[in-house]
Amino acid sequence: MKEHEHIRLPQGSIEKTTTTLNLGPTHPATHGVFQNILELDGERIVSAEQTIGYIHRAFEKLAERRPLYQVTPLTDRLNYCSSPINNMGWHLTCEKLLNIKTPKRVDYLRVIIMELARIADHLICNSIVGVDAGAYTGFLYVMQYRELIYEIWEEVCGSRLTTTIGRIGGFERNFNDIAFQKLEKFLKEYPNVLKEFINLFERNRIFIDRTQNTGGISAERALNYGFTGPNLRATGIDYDVRVHTPYSSYQDFDFKIPVGTTGDNYDRWQVRNEEMWQSLSIIEQAYRKVQEFKGAGADVFHADAPEYYLPEKEDVYTKMEALIYHFKIVMGEINIPVGEVYHSVEAGNGELGFYLISDGGRTPYRLHFRRPCFIYYQAFEELTKGGMMSDAIMTMSSLNLIAGEMDA
Amino acid sequence: MSLTIEIVKQKLKSKFAEQVSAFTEPYGMLTFEAPKEINLKVLNFLFDDEELNFRFLTDLQAVHYPDQKGRELVVVYHLHNLKDNLRIRFKVFTDINTPDVYTATGLFSAANWMERETYDFYGVNFVGHPNLKRILNVEEMDYFPMRKEFPLEDQTRIDKDDEMFGRG
Repeated sequence: MKEHEHIRLPQGSIEKTTTTLNLGPTHPATHGVFQNILELDGERIVSAEQTIGYIHRAFEKLAERRPLYQVTPLTDRLNYCSSPINNMGWHLTCEKLLNIKTPKRVDYLRVIIMELARIADHLICNSIVGVDAGAYTGFLYVMQYRELIYEIWEEVCGSRLTTTIGRIGGFERNFNDIAFQKLEKFLKEYPNVLKEFINLFERNRIFIDRTQNTGGISAERALNYGFTGPNLRATGIDYDVRVHTPYSSYQDFDFKIPVGTTGDNYDRWQVRNEEMWQSLSIIEQAYRKVQEFKGAGADVFHADAPEYYLPEKEDVYTKMEALIYHFKIVMGEINIPVGEVYHSVEAGNGELGFYLISDGGRTPYRLHFRRPCFIYYQAFEELTKGGMMSDAIMTMSSLNLIAGEMDA
Repeated sequence: MSLTIEIVKQKLKSKFAEQVSAFTEPYGMLTFEAPKEINLKVLNFLFDDEELNFRFLTDLQAVHYPDQKGRELVVVYHLHNLKDNLRIRFKVFTDINTPDVYTATGLFSAANWMERETYDFYGVNFVGHPNLKRILNVEEMDYFPMRKEFPLEDQTRIDKDDEMFGRG
């Protein structure tokens, strides 16, 4: 009896019939820094409370002291599985504010890069869903093609994960031959790989049993929760920013928006797969369009916006204007026009929006990122309540939550 | 017939008369403001009206203008009508000493965390919010870091002994 006296249990914990379980913040199955305080009755989830913010880095505050071009590296670190989309989204926002018109070739090159990023993003997410169901093979198998995508980015911008690809107005340099060769290799080999990857899972009894009817949500609730991207489309709503508000000449391409019906884990997985096929088709179309530019047209890789587009180093050394603009841009001495603009792109996991307010200074007065997974992660409790704890893991990975984006 | 900015404007004016004001269209997006007392009425009207149908809350955030006395904080709603594909921006100004704004969580589940984030960084008190506590910052924090009175650290300061990161 005496021994028990110094064990202090929280009040009510003896009478309690449920178990509290801390899932995360560092748990191998959460793929990122997420904490979930689960209340379990046996293996069933009674309630879940999410704690986020473990890798909050105050990007919005930091952006208030940076000239526009210095914000790009911050956007890399939002959804780091598809940083080029974030970079492009930011550049497009700036171009909208500054009224810069980009040439068609730039738009098509951007589309290639963005769709590659979408494939890389969906590839990770879908193969991780497989891993969480116990199938590691698919994940390892497709990684070499994500690697190939990274190599293409490396040829274009020099880095792989946090890309900071492109500039306001276009790209920092033209695509070289190796980049196009690698792109051709990707277009040739990837369809077979994707087909095999899908075959591994699509009709697999275990996979179907694990994913169907788990983590489902109705279309109405998904809309109310602000779902976007594949998660919304899996419920049956065909909302896609690329079609509704085309940017970067997406209206020139022919593609479909795949939708699901039940919004469960299986539908989300299927929607992502189909989107990868559509992305492949878009890349092929864009590549054909890019090849149509011949002669001087094939050398266009940025818009004519000297005040914001960092000039080539060679010109800086030889031309007066280039030197002046280089100095002004690098020192951040260019005032941004007054205005407020909202621009969004279809990122890997939904509508990534940038709300930029400028008061005429050199830096944004206010910049807000609409981060899709921050908004839909709040539905996690509703998605998992009453389900098994092991299904909650699947739901988490099939939602495509990226901690970097959520915490900004 | 699809919805246009003109129709939205007319409908709002006929419903709320003088109370909705400051109609502008920066970069093609209808922007307007209303007093904070009727923010829910406006949102409800936009949500429920058969023609308007603004049922998707794209984004919600605040901005701090320290120089505008009495209207220092503004809560900005980005709403989207997915059927007619029209976006609008709705602003609610509030003074910084009593930053009470009614919560939109009753209409949009999505507003829950967005409002928590806004509270966390700007201290906007969303009246009626089911769980208004900090979300990204630590709970012990006793200030609202995105307000303009908290500048970022001076990059040229030299008094800091910080060998690890190459300063000092």
